[in-house]
Amino acid sequence: MAKVAMTVNGKSVSREVEGRTLLVQFLRDDLRLTGTHVGCDTSQCGACVVHVNGEAVKACTMFALEAEGAEVTTIEAMANEDGSLNVVQQAFQDYHGLQCGFCTPGMVMSATSLLKDNPKPTEQEIRDYLEGNICRCTGYHNIIKAIMAASGQDMPSMAAE
Amino acid sequence: MYAFDIERPTSIADAVAALAKEDAQALAGGQTLIPTLKQRLAMPSVLVSLSGIAEIRGVCKDDAGLLCIGGGTTHGTVAKEAVAHYPGLAELAAHIGDPAVRNRGTIGGSLANNDPSACYPAAALASGATILTNTREIAADDYFQGMFTTALEEGEIVTEVKFPIPQSSCYMKFEQPASRFALVGVFVAKFADGVKVAVTGASNNGVFRWSEAEAALSSDFSASALEGMSLSADDMIADMHGTAAYRAHLVAVMTRRAVSAAK
Repeated sequence: MAKVAMTVNGKSVSREVEGRTLLVQFLRDDLRLTGTHVGCDTSQCGACVVHVNGEAVKACTMFALEAEGAEVTTIEAMANEDGSLNVVQQAFQDYHGLQCGFCTPGMVMSATSLLKDNPKPTEQEIRDYLEGNICRCTGYHNIIKAIMAASGQDMPSMAAE
Repeated sequence: MYAFDIERPTSIADAVAALAKEDAQALAGGQTLIPTLKQRLAMPSVLVSLSGIAEIRGVCKDDAGLLCIGGGTTHGTVAKEAVAHYPGLAELAAHIGDPAVRNRGTIGGSLANNDPSACYPAAALASGATILTNTREIAADDYFQGMFTTALEEGEIVTEVKFPIPQSSCYMKFEQPASRFALVGVFVAKFADGVKVAVTGASNNGVFRWSEAEAALSSDFSASALEGMSLSADDMIADMHGTAAYRAHLVAVMTRRAVSAAK
């Protein structure tokens, strides 16, 4: 066991963990932040995407000890301060960007990263960026629409459904 | 995963010392190693994380005009910071894995692993890059020694990669549709003194140079110079995703496309 300390959603946390403890296990099991999901556990699906020092990473493919001293942000910190949904989350609701919702935390975290780097992405850029986020309800069209809407763009040229 | 300890040295010297322990294994970005550990295909006693070593991160151009990339630099950083110097390489980095993988995976990790379908080995070989470690410099032509095999010794760390910058270049990848690894990837680099063509994903012997295509392209850098040229399927990988003959065919197609698109 070794001690790890990091900032999660603005709060300093410190725990004893095993070397093999994944960041996602640390978040879910030690901190009880279960909004970050584990879909595949093989770095394919992206349900576990969180931000580490502002960058999207797959929390199932990073050890908790590697996040020593890092700023980690999870889906639990994405809502507005008054508890209402933020612009990306609200767009997912408005455009029905989720069906079962399992992939949604990772989708929102990835979408947020994309919009930080590229505030007005094209439809193709959104599709490319979400390569590592899999929705097994296959609700991709509405996810793309939601992200377009969250970036303040219309979707007149969207592919047919 | 089997149990192991993790060490996070902050200097190359400390990392080398930590790697001297029995069954110690270097951990770069972990995007291949962690899935490997989950499958219990490796059983290190200690993982030596290289991500805390600031001196092996970063992209810059040296006085000799070489593009120098620290071994611990992520694909995402290369995609952003190499684009002004070596667009063909930046473009390759921008299409490895997915964005979250690119924020963790590193060039040093990719080159040390030398996966037969990895992208970076093709760029290093076609560029005539030099791989720097904590002890020596290794020319790319000597570095890659077959699938998952390199010139690296136990405990040796890739600290930097120096790329000569070609006049024009392009990497063309035919993605295996599920994994998005290269079913076949071809990197073409045109230098003043000749053209180099390196192929990944195709051969049982790992990344290799297609010398016949290099000779033809060095005298005429056009897709038509490759007309009728084909590779033997003898050493090509054959699996559920493609036969050896299919891969051999793809190498020629991807090479022609790379030449046409090179800039």
